[in-house]
Amino acid sequence: METAGIKREDIGLESSKAMVESRLAADMLTVVPLRHPWRSAAVVIVLALVALLLYSVATNPEFQWPAVGHYLFNPLILAGVGMTLLLTVIIMILSCIGGTVVALMLISSSRLLSIPAKLFVWFFRGTPALVQLIFWYNLALLFKHIALYIPGYGTIFSIDTNDVITPFTAAVIALSLQESGYMAEIVRNGLKSVGHGQTEAALCLGMKPSLLMRRIVLPQAMRVIIPPTGNETINLLKTTSLVSTIAVGDLLYSAQSIYARTFETIPLLLVASFWYLAIVSITSIGQGYLERHFSRDEMATTGSALSTLQAHLFSFRKRVAS
Amino acid sequence: MSHFERFGVSPDTMIHAAGVRKSFGSLEVLKGVDVTVTKGRVACIIGPSGSGKSTFLRCINHLEEINKGLILVDGDFVGYRLQHNRLFQLPAAAICQRRAEIGMVFQHFNLFPNMTVLENLIEAPVRVRREPIVQARERAIGLLERVGLAEKKNVYPRHLSGGQQQRVAIARALAMNPKVLLFDEPTSALDPELVGEVLEVMKDLARAGMTMVVVTHEIGFAREVADQLIFMDDGVVVERGTPGQMIANPASRRTREFLGRVL
Ligand SMILES: Nc1ncnc2c1ncn2[C@@H]1O[C@H](COP(=O)(O)OP(=O)(O)OP(=O)(O)O)[C@@H](O)[C@H]1O
Ligand SMILES: [Mg+2]
Repeated sequence: METAGIKREDIGLESSKAMVESRLAADMLTVVPLRHPWRSAAVVIVLALVALLLYSVATNPEFQWPAVGHYLFNPLILAGVGMTLLLTVIIMILSCIGGTVVALMLISSSRLLSIPAKLFVWFFRGTPALVQLIFWYNLALLFKHIALYIPGYGTIFSIDTNDVITPFTAAVIALSLQESGYMAEIVRNGLKSVGHGQTEAALCLGMKPSLLMRRIVLPQAMRVIIPPTGNETINLLKTTSLVSTIAVGDLLYSAQSIYARTFETIPLLLVASFWYLAIVSITSIGQGYLERHFSRDEMATTGSALSTLQAHLFSFRKRVAS
Repeated sequence: MSHFERFGVSPDTMIHAAGVRKSFGSLEVLKGVDVTVTKGRVACIIGPSGSGKSTFLRCINHLEEINKGLILVDGDFVGYRLQHNRLFQLPAAAICQRRAEIGMVFQHFNLFPNMTVLENLIEAPVRVRREPIVQARERAIGLLERVGLAEKKNVYPRHLSGGQQQRVAIARALAMNPKVLLFDEPTSALDPELVGEVLEVMKDLARAGMTMVVVTHEIGFAREVADQLIFMDDGVVVERGTPGQMIANPASRRTREFLGRVL
């Protein structure tokens, strides 16, 4: 039996004439998608508003677009970009380490460790970054010298506080401490997200606490840790602009130091914004890659071209599977 | 160090627990448990929920510290060093070394989801025992063949059925060449049609002479495989014996009632 291209095997051996007919009728049906008239109207309104805005921005001479172009690749600005990146990277690395240590203290069963960690987080998350920055910058008012003194032996070394606490180190210390407070909470949430059964299974295989933390718990916690850490990095990138108040030559400070001479305030702020946006965008892309890397067991069993590329880009650990 | 003689234990004893007491806060969960398992034999522990079966298993490999009594695994303490009548707590690293000789299989498998099946199997041999990767992989593949999952070696656990995951978990425990295997309700989280494949693997192990302590609700399995059946209730061993004798003819009323409910 064969009717209009439908073979008997397609329907099964039990097929009757009625079934074939109903199958043909079903094949003729088509779905008419639901229309969304309000959505189309909203799109038109939004497009019109955007166009108006762009027009006014482009034609308003106060924006001084030629000056923006002129300063975009100014060496001083580029040095500022470099300093902003350097600060972000150093502070993020320090606060990832600091945050992990504090997080491990937070979840420790020993109160001797968990209470100081709680106080640390409470203090450094509770005071504004700008206040801490100025505080560290003025540390010399508090301690004239930093010295190591052992009773009965004498002073081992002593240096002037002002020699150590340069604007740069003040910025790194202040923002790292603050950021460590935030990272500690993020890492702790990540560690908590890994079930207790994982720890137990690893212990039963003879893994030491440090090994099971490194090999079993942290890699699984990463999936929960990476997204908010990416957001923190982006936040930090922008927070570093505060260091311009203590004369560290970051992006904003460079822009300010130029417009202090030339009074081209708006174009230089636009230049700074352009670079901040550019760096943030690149960071977001990197964050996406990292997120996919740490959730690769959720992807298909056979790796796609993209995941193979990632495996090469982010081969943090030795691959052992053949 | 072996303390067989000192505690009057026969040297072919794998697990010797005597007067084991364990409390969580004010709740006493184990109230003096005595269990002896001979090398190469299978002991099955049955009992109602909350009777302390899991807690007892976890005391054997020192996941829980006991408050009183003594547990020897192959003649030695897992968490202590005995010297001049005093038990010195061992540091974590030393406990881990001893624990690596005691395999454990859990109700919820607890495979490492961030590793493939093969990586799950070689992780501990390579990282804990410092076995060369190539050799560990070879052994792992052999073990996967033994549990019938060789073709799944590069798959992540979440793509496996419950029964397959539990077989991988057994293979992972075997990869450490344990002296004894502890099972805590290994089939309770499985769909009924997947229970059989896991029990089959366990029967194979029993036939091959592996010492096993199995907490289970599968009375049929216990009857077929166990050399010793132990009934626990309310933190004590109420009755023990060969499964045939105990199931057909329970001595205690509590055992009779429990068996009546599960059979
Ligand atoms: N870490 C713990 N802290 C406090 N109480 C606990 C802890 N672990 C177990 N218990 C309690 O100890 C008792 C015995 O628990 P256990 O898990 O050993 O029972 P079980 O015989 O394995 O029961 P089931 O058949 O339900 O698994 C229960 O009342 C339980 O609530
Ligand atoms: Mg239990």
